[in-house]
Amino acid sequence: MSSQDIPEENLPAEQGDAHGAVKVADEENPFSDPGLPPHEHRIQDIDERAAKRSERTVALLFTVSMLSTIAFIASYVAIPVDKAIYVWPIGHISALNFALGVTLGLALFCIGAGAVHWARTLMSDVEVADERHPIEASPEVKAKVLADFKQGAKESAIGRRKLIRNTMLGAVAMVPLSGVVLLRDLGPLPGTKLRHTTWAKGKKLVNMNTGEPLRPADVAVGSLTFAMPDGLSEEDHDFQKNIAKDALMIVRIQPDNIKSKKSLEWGHEGILAYSKICTHVGCPISLYEQQTHHVLCPCHQSTFDLADAGQVIFGPAGHALPQLRITVGEDGYLEALSDFEEPVGPAFWERG
Amino acid sequence: MSTASTTDARDKRGKAPAGERVADWADGRLGIYSLAKANMRKIFPDHWSFMLGEVCMYSFIIIILTGVYLTLFFHPSMNEVEYHGPYVPLQGQLMSEAFNSTMHISFEVRGGLLIRQIHHWAALVFLAGMFVHMMRVFFTGAFRKPREVNWLFGFLLFVLGMFTGFTGYSLPDDLLSGTGVRFMEGAVLSVPIVGTYLSFFLFGGEFPGGDFVARFYSVHILLLPGIMLGLMVAHLILVFYHKHTQFAGPGKTNNNVVGMPLLPVYMAKAGGFFFLVFGVIAIISAIATINPIWTIGPYRPDQVSTGAQPDWYMGFSEGLIRVMPGWEINFWGHTLVLGVFIPLVIFPLVLVAIAVYPFIESWVTGDKREHHILDRPRNAPTRTAFGVAWITWYMVLLIGGGNDLWATHFHLSINAITWFVRIAFFVAPVVAFIITKRICLGLQRRDRDKILHGRETGIIKRLPHGEFIEVHEPLSQEQLHTLTAHEQYKPAEIGPAVDENGVARKITRREKLRAKLSKGYYSEDNQILKPTVEEYKEITSGHGHH
Repeated sequence: MSSQDIPEENLPAEQGDAHGAVKVADEENPFSDPGLPPHEHRIQDIDERAAKRSERTVALLFTVSMLSTIAFIASYVAIPVDKAIYVWPIGHISALNFALGVTLGLALFCIGAGAVHWARTLMSDVEVADERHPIEASPEVKAKVLADFKQGAKESAIGRRKLIRNTMLGAVAMVPLSGVVLLRDLGPLPGTKLRHTTWAKGKKLVNMNTGEPLRPADVAVGSLTFAMPDGLSEEDHDFQKNIAKDALMIVRIQPDNIKSKKSLEWGHEGILAYSKICTHVGCPISLYEQQTHHVLCPCHQSTFDLADAGQVIFGPAGHALPQLRITVGEDGYLEALSDFEEPVGPAFWERG
Repeated sequence: MSTASTTDARDKRGKAPAGERVADWADGRLGIYSLAKANMRKIFPDHWSFMLGEVCMYSFIIIILTGVYLTLFFHPSMNEVEYHGPYVPLQGQLMSEAFNSTMHISFEVRGGLLIRQIHHWAALVFLAGMFVHMMRVFFTGAFRKPREVNWLFGFLLFVLGMFTGFTGYSLPDDLLSGTGVRFMEGAVLSVPIVGTYLSFFLFGGEFPGGDFVARFYSVHILLLPGIMLGLMVAHLILVFYHKHTQFAGPGKTNNNVVGMPLLPVYMAKAGGFFFLVFGVIAIISAIATINPIWTIGPYRPDQVSTGAQPDWYMGFSEGLIRVMPGWEINFWGHTLVLGVFIPLVIFPLVLVAIAVYPFIESWVTGDKREHHILDRPRNAPTRTAFGVAWITWYMVLLIGGGNDLWATHFHLSINAITWFVRIAFFVAPVVAFIITKRICLGLQRRDRDKILHGRETGIIKRLPHGEFIEVHEPLSQEQLHTLTAHEQYKPAEIGPAVDENGVARKITRREKLRAKLSKGYYSEDNQILKPTVEEYKEITSGHGHH
């Protein structure tokens, strides 16, 4: 619709200055505040037909919202919870989730769009100024409050009767201690728990995936095997706690390629067992580069050289991966010679 | 007597309408008329950036609504159960009840997945909204007196929101979030002297134990949101009490607030905006999967997936931990785990750096007046430069937090990215500071030109002697006023070295530092003086067109 359709009497009075023409009202100070600009009418303010159109748009949006809510309920009832559909370009998704989300979203969005359109086109857009008042109290009020306070303090005699004041402060300061003491039973004391794992002399190394004890022949050069101590079971009550310390990485490196003499001695024919728990903050390390014998922790990218006593060669870890001393038992299976010589996992104050 | 006369008046007109009678009843007990008198037609100014805070408030409400729904189905327990639900790949697997019930919500409760996804998406929007809202307040100087306390309330909401988010996404006890909790345990262990004790008390023994989900649950649904709700109400009360800030413009002064009334315009606009935010988040949750725990699987301390990332708002702490060199000091049977402890200390310092800025600025300016007119960022070059430097710092750490993703997506060396972040952590904020300040000063110069010589019209005129000039159009008084409304401070001087009695006075370090900072803020090299009326008149009257 063009402005020609607007009845003559509804048009605003012609403005003296065309847009952009410049007239500085205040000759003395051209930077001074000219005051609020005059209100500019919207088309809805002057043309009832445009206002009607806005009204219909708002009503339409509210109606779409109602229909969407009905569609939401219908989807809830009609669509099975396990049905998947293909939606381009997202792919296969839950049909119910898609239908409920879109209908709920529309129902909500249309209420919002309707309300905002109503406010923008039909409610008054005349700008009004409200006065501000200083946040600070007036000097009289301040004086009155201070006097009141002094009066109150004087009547309580807190300044004069120091014995009362001091004992009160003492009592109030002490009473939260009970609350602090109550927190004691949140957990046991650490003791030396972080120093020990389930590993001990004679404990067989069990393949994490198959649950079978490992023989040297099961570990090929260049492979990475995860292992746990014999006797640990997923069904155990404290399995999670134990596996958080016991998890092992087993690699086999050509003995000539092993740089650290200690590593070679603690292994068996190039089979080396390292803690899988990163010495940085305890993520399980799992990325092995068989050519370089480096392992990388996927959490924070600490990199350890398994051919060189698990030394840190990059990243934020602070010390080498602990190695477990292993050998082959009489029955031909790999077994531990002792527990780890140092605590596994992240460093802590008592680690030393 | 007066009671009798009003009763008489009533009787003549018949009974008051029902709504009025209810309002009367409430007023007699709650005093709602006095409350409404001050607030019902309260004026709020309009600017797109003022809705950022609303996004936060509404997403917080959405989080509470959906969160309450989720508590009806979620079991905050770490008891191990075997999965027998409809999701085939996990059938027969051992998992905690927390994970199992989250699977139940996602696959068996109709609409459960939608509510879960709305809850998580709204949390991301909430934190992002708070971040951007905080930057809006920062760059426009809306934190100045009398709003410093409200700035701190908002800052606390942001920090608490981070921890509420962290405790929330850890609840399903899935492999990804469990890895995040393990990281937290490692960080707690690094605290000198008490670290191991803190960790044992937090987890009820050794990690992971059987307690943390239940403990995080009460922190996530009660403790933190309770504090946040209180802070948010206080934040809003202060917004109402202080009245909203506004940008400079014709008719707008430090002593008024120009805009439209709460009833009806903002009731409709802001109320409607709640539905818009909710609607958009619901549609996002319909089409974009978030935290698909079924593909991640239940937590096992010996398993991990690659690309492990926290939610975005924790990313900068992840960056700190990833790029820190692995320093460890061993002495007298103890270990000082600096490689983890230093990031743990810098983590709050990064946040505090932005939180304390308003107090530093007010100390430098020594300005004790109230400020209700917002600054354009260019008109406060040093503040703007500081803010951009801080964002740069934050973003550098975010890059560090996602160094593996940068490496895989852009085919870069992870070592190179890590080293880049290590260097950029120190260098990038300084560079950003300098560049931003130059840009601000450039924009100030442009404003000065515009005021004195008018707007470039793009019309090229050829003079009789052949010279080409561009026609400049002088600005209207509205524009002139808007561009010159800001105040410019003068650098603070160190007072005379002798007092009024001629006795030498000690000039404190504090004074010297303040004078130096003030010079850095407000000397002529650090802000472009706005034109004076005299300069304007001289140029405009002298040789008209230029």
